[in-house]
Amino acid sequence: MSNVVDIQHKEQSPPLPSNQETLLEVKDLKTYYPVKGGFFRRTVGHVKAVDGVSFSLKKGETLGLVGESGCGKSTAGRTILKLLKPSGGRITFDGEDITNIRGSRLRERRKDFQMVFQDPYASLNPMQMVGDIISEPIKNYYPRKKAKDIKQEVMELLNRVGLPEDAYHKYAHEFSGGQRQRIGIARALALKPKLIIADEPVSALDVSVQSQVLNLLNELQDDFNLTYLFIAHDLSVVKHMSDHIGIMYLGHIVEIADKKSIYEEPLHPYTQALISAVPEPNPKKKKERIVLKGDVPSPENPPSGCPFHTRCPVAVDKCSTIKPELKEVKPGRKVACILVD
Amino acid sequence: MNNFTDFQSQPPLLEVNNLETAFEIDGEWHNAVDNVSFQVKPKQVIGVVGESGCGKSVMSLSIMKLLPKGIGKIRNGDIKFNGKNLEKLNDKEMNKVRGKDIAMIFQEPMTSLNPVFTIGFQLSEALHNHFNISKQDARKKVIHLLDKVGISRPEKVVDEYPHQLSGGMRQRVIIAMAIACEPKLLIADEPTTALDVTVQAQILELLQELQTTNDMAIILITHDLGVVAETCHEVIVMYAGEVVEQTDVVTLFESPKHPYTQLLMQSIPRMDQEEEVLASIEGIVPSLKNMPRQGCKFVDRCPKAMDECRSITPQLKESSPGHGVKCLLYESSWEQEGMKAK
Ligand SMILES: Nc1ncnc2c1ncn2[C@@H]1O[C@H](COP(=O)(O)OP(=O)(O)OP(=O)(O)O)[C@@H](O)[C@H]1O
Ligand SMILES: Nc1ncnc2c1ncn2[C@@H]1O[C@H](COP(=O)(O)OP(=O)(O)O)[C@@H](O)[C@H]1O
Ligand code: SF4
Ligand code: SF4
Ligand SMILES: [Mg+2]
Ligand SMILES: [Mg+2]
Repeated sequence: MSNVVDIQHKEQSPPLPSNQETLLEVKDLKTYYPVKGGFFRRTVGHVKAVDGVSFSLKKGETLGLVGESGCGKSTAGRTILKLLKPSGGRITFDGEDITNIRGSRLRERRKDFQMVFQDPYASLNPMQMVGDIISEPIKNYYPRKKAKDIKQEVMELLNRVGLPEDAYHKYAHEFSGGQRQRIGIARALALKPKLIIADEPVSALDVSVQSQVLNLLNELQDDFNLTYLFIAHDLSVVKHMSDHIGIMYLGHIVEIADKKSIYEEPLHPYTQALISAVPEPNPKKKKERIVLKGDVPSPENPPSGCPFHTRCPVAVDKCSTIKPELKEVKPGRKVACILVD
Repeated sequence: MNNFTDFQSQPPLLEVNNLETAFEIDGEWHNAVDNVSFQVKPKQVIGVVGESGCGKSVMSLSIMKLLPKGIGKIRNGDIKFNGKNLEKLNDKEMNKVRGKDIAMIFQEPMTSLNPVFTIGFQLSEALHNHFNISKQDARKKVIHLLDKVGISRPEKVVDEYPHQLSGGMRQRVIIAMAIACEPKLLIADEPTTALDVTVQAQILELLQELQTTNDMAIILITHDLGVVAETCHEVIVMYAGEVVEQTDVVTLFESPKHPYTQLLMQSIPRMDQEEEVLASIEGIVPSLKNMPRQGCKFVDRCPKAMDECRSITPQLKESSPGHGVKCLLYESSWEQEGMKAK
């Protein structure tokens, strides 16, 4: 297999200069879901949904998180937004350690990070008027703001996300999937956040509508200097949106780098398999495909050693005993594999 | 699957002529599939693409004669399998065709497997429907089938229930069920849409293998143009219930002609290219009730629309041999007029 880990990789240009400020830093983040069992419904084990994830994200940039379903992408996103309690690690947002903040401080910080969800059908109340959906967070945080001013702001938001003004008085169920996703984006923007975590924002949409929403997210990022954590399982979409990409497998980041390196010279065997599996819209291109055997193991009972060793096409004996660390193999590129250093 | 055998010379396995399928909404019948014609040759893989609501699933349900009774019906046209007109068959005869000649993988995977029965039970049902076969033989055949679709430990899985399997394994079982009686045509409606790319790659590889070993033709319905490019010989692009473009896969990707096809292709982000802004198609597929009655159905969303597109209904015409396009830009004197499309 020639397309598997190539340890003598060629010299490559250094990654983009990184003089911007860091907005989000996640260090060794862990989120375990308890597994209840037995007569007393005691905790009998843990699903290690996120198991030691670290990355940092600069202002105005987009980090894409990709991986197969169940690898912990959504859990990571929700933990960073403080919707789930981390089991370990540290989250630093805009210079402040927010890992354990609660109460009014958390409420205050929440304005700065918002989420756009996967399912535009489930995440909006279909019987609520669009104007109310978008103004709700504003009313919550600024109860003394004048109704007239709020309406003005909502109208601007509607306009900004490409919805007609008369959408204000309509109900969410009257809109198509793509339009509902625009409503969700307008709601996320209402409090002028710094960070938006978009969890599979276009997976439920048709390709034609998907492209509209992706274009919109890109425009908004430029206009409002937004920082995105963009979660998706579609690699072409993530590539289109991101500056850096983290590849997740069983609760771990196995490779993280700028997008060009990830796509042109993937180093981790899992990244290589993932990229080779994407069907490309070019019937004349013959792709060398690495088809992985079997399924992702259960995160309740993850394999010893390297989490990928049960499916890794180039695994060696010690992979089942040594757990590889995510370490820098060249400037700006981190890989967790004992064969890559 | 892109091995280009000459399909032209062979007699068709499936022939769909002027198919019109309608649904009754508020007392009126509206065509969800409108005047669709195409052929599938033995062992050919035909891709059907188009946005949600374009009629892809209704078309396949029409072929299988599985339209919801009373609500949906075939109003016009005929469907022939191996020269035999399916329209004339009664329910019992059609039951024989289903599974044995033509099998289908449905879009909603969970609905295809019954959660309360074991995998073995459900698969042997499929066999008993068409063959006189003993219990022991059926079990043996089931284990063989599970093995064939790449399920490891088939002797164990045969006694398991659907919820004990992963999404990828469930889809393999569904495929095993569909190919149990070695049909000559498989209609697969979005067989990999709910799956991860790695599992999708496994399933596509499996379908590819079955197509050759079982000499099976496939109608592959998908919204993923990458999947089409990698697996199909011929492609049908559907919009608003109609075929708007049809040709071989290489021609379609190298010179798409219909404005709808062109936009679909430009709207997807690609792994091998950097694009700043993606193309998009404004608006949505009109609902059945709001379908334009005259002219081109794509007119409200088409960036190349002309005045006459509202009054003259384009016909599906060959713009070059084997390349059908339904657009006024290519009609009549398309050699001169076609320039406009550039
Ligand atoms: N049972 C039904 N009653 C009324 N209308 C229906 C019914 N089933 C489908 N339709 C309509 O027929 C048209 C075609 O639907 P169809 O399910 O074939 O689309 P599709 O191309 O398969 O879409 P998708 O990509 O979402 O699966 C749509 O306008 C749809 O609303
Ligand atoms: N509320 C929950 N309770 C228990 N386990 C959960 C819960 N949510 C997710 N999980 C498990 O955690 C793992 C990661 O899930 P998730 O973060 O949703 O993955 P992804 O978003 O990458 O598909 C999976 O094994 C999933 O089954
Ligand atoms: S450590 Fe071993 S099993 Fe893990 S990715 Fe590297 S080679 Fe494969
Ligand atoms: S007939 Fe007119 S409206 Fe229809 S696709 Fe062609 S140019 Fe566009
Ligand atoms: Mg998720
Ligand atoms: Mg469908």
